[in-house]
Amino acid sequence: MSIDLELQRSATKYKNKQKVKDRFISGFIGIFAIVWIFPIAWTIWTSLRPYKDVRANGVFSIPETLNLDNYAQAISRMDLPLYFWNTALITVPAVFLTLFFGSLIAFVVSRYSFKWNVTLLLLFTAGNLLPAQLVFIPVFKMYITLGKALGFPKLLYDSPWGVVLIHVAFQMGFATFVLSSYMKTVPKEISESAMVDGASVFTHYTKVMLPLLRPALASLGVLMTTWIYNDFFWALVLMSSDSKRPITSALGRLQGEFVTDYNLLAAGATIAALPTLIVFFLLRKQFVSGLTLGSTKG
Amino acid sequence: MSSTAKDINKVSRRRAFSKADRTTLGAFVGIPLFFHLLLVWIPAVLTILLSFTYWSGISVSRIKWAGLANYQNIFFDTPAFWEGLKNNVIWLGWFALIATPLGILLAYQIDRQIRGHKFYETAYYLPVVLSLAVTGIIWNFLLRPDGFVNGLFGRDIDNAISFFGNYDINIYVILTIASWRHIGYIMLLYLAGLKSVDSALREAASLDGATEWQTFKKVVFPSMKPVNIIVIVITIIESLRAFDIVYIIYGSSAGFPILGTLVFQNIAGEGASMKGAAYAVILFVLSIGPIIAYLRATFKSDVQ
Repeated sequence: MSIDLELQRSATKYKNKQKVKDRFISGFIGIFAIVWIFPIAWTIWTSLRPYKDVRANGVFSIPETLNLDNYAQAISRMDLPLYFWNTALITVPAVFLTLFFGSLIAFVVSRYSFKWNVTLLLLFTAGNLLPAQLVFIPVFKMYITLGKALGFPKLLYDSPWGVVLIHVAFQMGFATFVLSSYMKTVPKEISESAMVDGASVFTHYTKVMLPLLRPALASLGVLMTTWIYNDFFWALVLMSSDSKRPITSALGRLQGEFVTDYNLLAAGATIAALPTLIVFFLLRKQFVSGLTLGSTKG
Repeated sequence: MSSTAKDINKVSRRRAFSKADRTTLGAFVGIPLFFHLLLVWIPAVLTILLSFTYWSGISVSRIKWAGLANYQNIFFDTPAFWEGLKNNVIWLGWFALIATPLGILLAYQIDRQIRGHKFYETAYYLPVVLSLAVTGIIWNFLLRPDGFVNGLFGRDIDNAISFFGNYDINIYVILTIASWRHIGYIMLLYLAGLKSVDSALREAASLDGATEWQTFKKVVFPSMKPVNIIVIVITIIESLRAFDIVYIIYGSSAGFPILGTLVFQNIAGEGASMKGAAYAVILFVLSIGPIIAYLRATFKSDVQ
């Protein structure tokens, strides 16, 4: 009895100590959290101030006016609608094709037992991890040669399709890996009953597997959209006309061009970040589960 | 099942496919495989071969065998390579010893649902969704000569600290920016992993009088093996391949050499040479270890 009491007392003592400690930890993490979002807050703050005002009174001055003029200016002077359109031309087809191809391979590998299944999966997963720089030179040559041979020099090089294809080729490795581990969690009986009923492979894929894959495809789609949207390298090296570049790659040049007008640049950067911020606030669950689908293999 | 029985089973299964089904299966695997091989594996092999040649990249007939010359040039005649490699190693050290552990620590604390954990999670996760291009611009606002930080230190443009130009400090400035994103990324991955750890295990440990550190080390950490592997691989690969953030700040100039930008300088634009291919191969060889470790860990159960 007395031992029990003793234990209980030491437990409460421990709990109290923990509480104080927790408060300390929470405060510490809290201060850093504010430091963490400060750069973003500062950018938005900068974007709301007129350039003239900052120029005359310095960055720390209390603003005379706050308005959205910089945003209107950025949209027209930086050609942002054009760059967003370019981004859509690359991102939308790339995400759909990646998910489509990834789901095809994942479907075959997880539902039919061929002896090269593991090899195939290994090939795709490893391919996804190769450095982009390692494949660049031959891809570049291939695009140019193919374009010349077919009489359309800009078929793949300096064209959104070239960028789409390289994204698809790379990311399909990740999609295959994630979707095949997801499919392993879907009971085999569902497929077996479809096969027993005499469904063709095609029907099995479109009518049975695709509907079951929908949550995984949604998560992966959100993640892929963010990745491809944020890509900088491929659109930079596979496109020569700035007017065809997506917004992320175009920012590099815009930064140089508008280097003195920080407030305008701040507005431009904020607009460029907007789609990913929307994803962050609205589709956060999908983003996170897309990331972790692959890591928590069932 | 004996191996012959298995074979028979397989054969009968394969025979069960109709011609249409076989075509479908062939197309399902063949079309994606074609693109993947054509644009990833074949170019990778070609780059490795090209790294042993001289070629200006114009006509295929002008390719000349160079043996190890490109590598010799890099190792013995290019000081920028060693400087870049040094920067990558510092990058890796910083990520492995500071940024990644901080991300894990954060995830652990936030997972314990300390006060304000929802806000903290959002704050640390926010930079993860931003592109590195936007990240570079945002930090430039803070660190430029007439920016926020210099203003805070009371320095005007003439005697401002050059955060990106001063060679003694610029790597740490870049690493701070890179960590701003990396810590949140690791936190996110770890947090998802922690949710799958049975909370009863932890309670049992704390009832047994284990300290928090002991609980983490002996109970939580070992049960998170798959996430740990991913975190390690991401840490190494991101440190070796760092490119975007440096490029957005320095352009393709040699202002801050790391392997990623060295490859870029040699493969893109006018001065294309197969030295760039050799750089890419070096980058690949350096990252091959973590890739294999990752594949082995993930496919162990499949291969058996």
